[in-house]
Amino acid sequence: MTPPQPPAPPATPATGRNARTGADGIAHSVLSLAGAALRVRGRTLFAGLDLDVAPGEFVAVLGPNGSGKTSLFRAILGLERLAAGTVRLLGEPVHRGDRRIGYVPQQRIWPRGMPMLGKDVVTLGRTGSRFGLPIASRADREAVNRAIWQVRAEALANRPVGDLSGGEQQRIRIAQAIVDEPELLLLDEPLSSLDLRSQADIVELVDAQRARGAAVLFIAHDVNPILESVDRVLYLAQGRHRLGTPDEVLTTESLSALYGTRVDVVRVEDRVFVAGAPDAAHHHHEAEQDETVERLERQA
Amino acid sequence: MDGVFDFSHYGDLLGLVANSIIACAVLGIVGGLIGVFVVQRDMAFAVHGISEMSFAGAAGALLVGVDVLLGAVVGSLVAAAVIGLLGARARDRNSIVGVLMPFGLGLGVLFLALYPGRSANKFGLLTGQVVAVGGGQLWVLVGVGAAVLAVLLAIWRPLAFDSLDPDVAAARGVPTRMLSLVFMLLLGVTVAVAVQIIGALLVLALLVTPAAAAVRVTHSAVLVPVLSMAFGLLSALGGILIAIGSTLPVSPFITTISFVIYLVCRDIGRTRDIRRFRRAAEAKALEPA
Repeated sequence: MTPPQPPAPPATPATGRNARTGADGIAHSVLSLAGAALRVRGRTLFAGLDLDVAPGEFVAVLGPNGSGKTSLFRAILGLERLAAGTVRLLGEPVHRGDRRIGYVPQQRIWPRGMPMLGKDVVTLGRTGSRFGLPIASRADREAVNRAIWQVRAEALANRPVGDLSGGEQQRIRIAQAIVDEPELLLLDEPLSSLDLRSQADIVELVDAQRARGAAVLFIAHDVNPILESVDRVLYLAQGRHRLGTPDEVLTTESLSALYGTRVDVVRVEDRVFVAGAPDAAHHHHEAEQDETVERLERQA
Repeated sequence: MDGVFDFSHYGDLLGLVANSIIACAVLGIVGGLIGVFVVQRDMAFAVHGISEMSFAGAAGALLVGVDVLLGAVVGSLVAAAVIGLLGARARDRNSIVGVLMPFGLGLGVLFLALYPGRSANKFGLLTGQVVAVGGGQLWVLVGVGAAVLAVLLAIWRPLAFDSLDPDVAAARGVPTRMLSLVFMLLLGVTVAVAVQIIGALLVLALLVTPAAAAVRVTHSAVLVPVLSMAFGLLSALGGILIAIGSTLPVSPFITTISFVIYLVCRDIGRTRDIRRFRRAAEAKALEPA
């Protein structure tokens, strides 16, 4: 077991805006996209995207279905090739399997009967890409225990993952993603299908990771549960993008310009509502088709 | 039933069929371990399809007079490759297996009908004939089984990762597509060996039942393979040891033992679930409203 660590302090927004030192001894942003463009079957998802993410920064990635949010993550993970531009992690070009990135994909519920306990799932995050006799070292076990402790999932560690609720499974997934203490966390709609209480719990866990210095990219369907934590918003739509603080991006003028049609952004106290975004209207079908084709291509 | 069992010269017999016993033990272990992934990746039906194609291959080999194990391996691998390449998704896979399986079985029946040799060999491919396999061939089976075991252990963690969550595994650098193909290859070879020992129709008793039983009593990623391997070994070894003292073939003993293990495990799991549910309900009742 790891020695008990003091509980992580409550995260303050914009912790440690200074850059991290990379392998070459020079200070770099955690993540740096320059002139990045991504095309899927002739359709441009985004182009000319410049984004530098500092340690501890929380960037929300918003946009309608099929606007390229998940593809952006896949490009950062080295699973998708950019049509133009560069992606760098701490100054080096990204490559597949980089252990400095923790990834939580869009949730697929693990079915009952899955022969895995919570801690087994977390352990795979640490040792799952290693070939050879499946024997976990002491350091591995300690890292797993630490990750489980960090997300307060001790009570879930010895339960079958298939028996856990959606929120509990998500907690285990986050423990799996942070088991190597990554510099960058990519979270793809981690709050979808969670109740309000579980949503708040997950956001709190993510904030604790930022306090440690990890940068966070967070795809969200609804920005409100994370609005308090978000430093900047990257909004993708119609092959274009907007980047800035929530106050800069989530306005009627900004989103109307982005969509090329009238979109109303309404603020009610500390909540934001976007009305009239042509998401479902005429874009949804195309997006759905894209997703199907993408899935087929991945399987082929 | 008189004359079916006769354990009077059991010691002498054991010496004569030592090779068969070793082959059964190896298959029990390999089947139990690979079965964990068969269950986890939802491929029980695919295993059945592979075994029918393996049967066709073995029957074809018998007809043209080449090595039966070689024929079985070729049939298995063709089936495993087709299923692996065309059926990435479970639903596609099931229909492909459904198409492949009767074709393989029909082909095998055709080859056997054309085969002029003894009928015992014909029946053996479907229902098992471990005692009928010659000594040299048995060592080939053991060698193949050991090789499968070694590769399986070497790819265990990446394969488990891919079975749990292919998206994260790929992002983490696991070569998921290569692993899936290697797994199908291992499965094909294992099935071909199993066809020699318990027959094409009964392969599932050693490749699925032990793992399915283990999952009933535990979900630990460590205990499931250990138990499944133990159950496979117990079924295969128990089956051959009883069969030696009887005039009946080995297969019904293996299938019955593995089925009984499954029933016992199911009952243990059910009892525990009910107890856990009751405890949870009691705890809830005690909570202040």
